[in-house]
Amino acid sequence: MRKKNIFNFFLGGLFILVSMNNMNGQENEHNDEAEEHGQEAHATAEEDGAVNTKEGIKEFVDHHLKDSHYFSFFADGEAGEHFGFPLPVILWDNGLKVFSASEFHYGEELAEIDGTHYKLYHTKIYKTDAEGTITYDERGFPANEKPLDFSITKNVIAMLTASLLLFLFFWGLARNYKKSKIPTGFGRILEPLVIYVRDDIAKPNIGPKYKKYMSLLLTVFFFILLLNLFGLTPLGINVTGNIAVTFGLALITFLIVQFSGNKHYWKHIFWMPGVPVPMKIVLMPIEILGMFTKPFALMIRLFANMTAGHVVVMSLLGLIFIFQNWIAGPTFFLFTIFISVIELLVAFLQAYIFTLLSALYIGMAVEDHADHPDDHSDDLPVV
Amino acid sequence: MEIPQMVGAGLIVIGAGIGLGMIGGRAMDAIARQPEATGKIQTAMIIIAALLEGIAFAALFAS
Repeated sequence: MRKKNIFNFFLGGLFILVSMNNMNGQENEHNDEAEEHGQEAHATAEEDGAVNTKEGIKEFVDHHLKDSHYFSFFADGEAGEHFGFPLPVILWDNGLKVFSASEFHYGEELAEIDGTHYKLYHTKIYKTDAEGTITYDERGFPANEKPLDFSITKNVIAMLTASLLLFLFFWGLARNYKKSKIPTGFGRILEPLVIYVRDDIAKPNIGPKYKKYMSLLLTVFFFILLLNLFGLTPLGINVTGNIAVTFGLALITFLIVQFSGNKHYWKHIFWMPGVPVPMKIVLMPIEILGMFTKPFALMIRLFANMTAGHVVVMSLLGLIFIFQNWIAGPTFFLFTIFISVIELLVAFLQAYIFTLLSALYIGMAVEDHADHPDDHSDDLPVV
Repeated sequence: MEIPQMVGAGLIVIGAGIGLGMIGGRAMDAIARQPEATGKIQTAMIIIAALLEGIAFAALFAS
């Protein structure tokens, strides 16, 4: 009972804290957006104002969703000033090339490294000639050669920070247990969550072999949770809304499920017991497809949920700039706060669901069929 | 986005909405019948809702 109270208290506190943070973030974004809008209007003043704003907002949202070679806090479009810092660029292009993203001057200039010119174009790095010309293919995508980009981008920074924070938190918690059975400080917040993952996610879904997979589930849960919460901060880092990141997470789950699958698991895939032979043949490709669709759904779910959440928040903010009157401003501002609080719920829910489904899939793979015979004779009515 | 895709996206959302509504409604019924089983029902509900959501999102991306 007491643990539950602590958990509730923690959740409530975190809600308030992060929503406050988020409100700050919205104000920042306001500024950003206003500047973006100002820049757009300035650039094409003759054109229709409404279309302009819409395009500006679309561009802004797109930019927010993407990864970046800069860690920028906000930008003054009209003055051309950026507040933030460049991140290191690491390219593999006939040898390792390391330089600072400041060489690009926010995409305005070419970076010349060892006689090769690189251009930052829509957050991607392309190889160009000395003039920086970008050629397009028939579908309108840049056809220039792309070097392999291993840069430490904004998302990478966020992931490293999350990993470091998790390490510090849990290292502290683990050290605590050596001294006493009751954690102190921040560990009191973490312990209920760890126990929650163990008792409500791992134990019921994996069964008696849950201990082996606890480290994976805990890591995945806290990593996704922390990154989701990062996405709600004013920094606007959209890591879990990046399909490459969710692909990586889903790949780990996929590999672990396949490698921990016992003979029953493989039998159920390739030669389903308890059904007639023609059915076995029909079921085999479906089951093999199912092996891949499960982690694929994990990947899409997390990515789409986080991206959709960010888009909704940003679009609601954008509506303020489309309507530009006294009624719409406060209304959409309140709407945005409301959606942000829902996003906070989604941040927890998605971390929970990813962990839960991972546990479920692992449970399917390691399930022991000792309690019922292989031939599924228990499908028949037992007298 | 072109018109067929938009119609498709609309249909997906309608389908997902019906599905989620049914899951939620049935879960409410079940909880009202057996309030002591709330925890179990909620977990099952969330799993099914997540699976449905996954399919809906996959379809949305395909469209």
